[in-house]
Amino acid sequence: MSVLAAVRPDDWNFPLFVHVIGAMILVAGLVTGASALAFARGDAKMLRLGFWALMLVSFPGWVIMRLGAEWIYSREGWNHVKSSLQPDWLGIGFIIADAGGLILVITLILGGIGVRRLQAGKGAGLLKAVLVLSLLLLAAYVVAVWAMAGKPG
Amino acid sequence: MTFDQWMLAFHVLAAFALVSGSTLFWVLVVAVRRIDTPDDTLRLGPVARVGNAAIGIGMGGTILLGVYLAFALDGYAIWDGWIIAALVLWLIGAALGRQVGEAYAAGPKKALELKAAGQTGPSAELLALNRTSRGVLFHALTTLVLLLIIIDMIWKPGA
Repeated sequence: MSVLAAVRPDDWNFPLFVHVIGAMILVAGLVTGASALAFARGDAKMLRLGFWALMLVSFPGWVIMRLGAEWIYSREGWNHVKSSLQPDWLGIGFIIADAGGLILVITLILGGIGVRRLQAGKGAGLLKAVLVLSLLLLAAYVVAVWAMAGKPG
Repeated sequence: MTFDQWMLAFHVLAAFALVSGSTLFWVLVVAVRRIDTPDDTLRLGPVARVGNAAIGIGMGGTILLGVYLAFALDGYAIWDGWIIAALVLWLIGAALGRQVGEAYAAGPKKALELKAAGQTGPSAELLALNRTSRGVLFHALTTLVLLLIIIDMIWKPGA
């Protein structure tokens, strides 16, 4: 209980704030993008809205989240602790953040191609794949938030 | 993980849901500014419902679990200044959010009326409703309150 109730040193707060805000923007972009893609039903404007929500909300959010993560990681002194001694929640966070970032970039590339194909009248198949990847990313980041907040292990 | 750790995790996830809903509405606020036809206005309805659900889960989850945690965790008390500040900000945010909902409900309502009257083309009146400056103002204020709550939760002034 005392771990849960701990108050952090003041100089940890701003890096943590940057990390949390970035993560919130990332998740918000995924929710928005996935919703627009899911309810588009072939409508080109909605499909574009979904893609641009991922591009202009999620991706900047990921960058801010990842910069904040590195900042708070070093501020808390984890960079001086052997990785084998680091807690599980930290490992879960790093794996999901980095693998998720790679999948997000792939998703955005597919989405960009999908939007171009849509403009050329070639169908929205790629954007359906983008929807599936967005939902997978959303699920993964929910697990990451759970791990960061609940701190298992 | 202890029960309280689970509750904390769900409290934080509820905060993420709240911010997700608010951000989703920012995207819709921008998107709807170019929309002047009933069909395009109504097409955003299902996405807005996702936003409403996220905000509902977020508002309920943050307040219920937050109050539980204030009582359950050693070192925190419901009368701590930063917790009272969060509760007050939550109430202000709820009141402002209601104003946002009312301002943006006018567009879809008008769109339904136009559609029922067989007018499916562009409408200047619909565009004006979709571009409500009152809605933008209240949504900006709601976002500011959300940001203040997050700052309060991280810095915990006075704790």
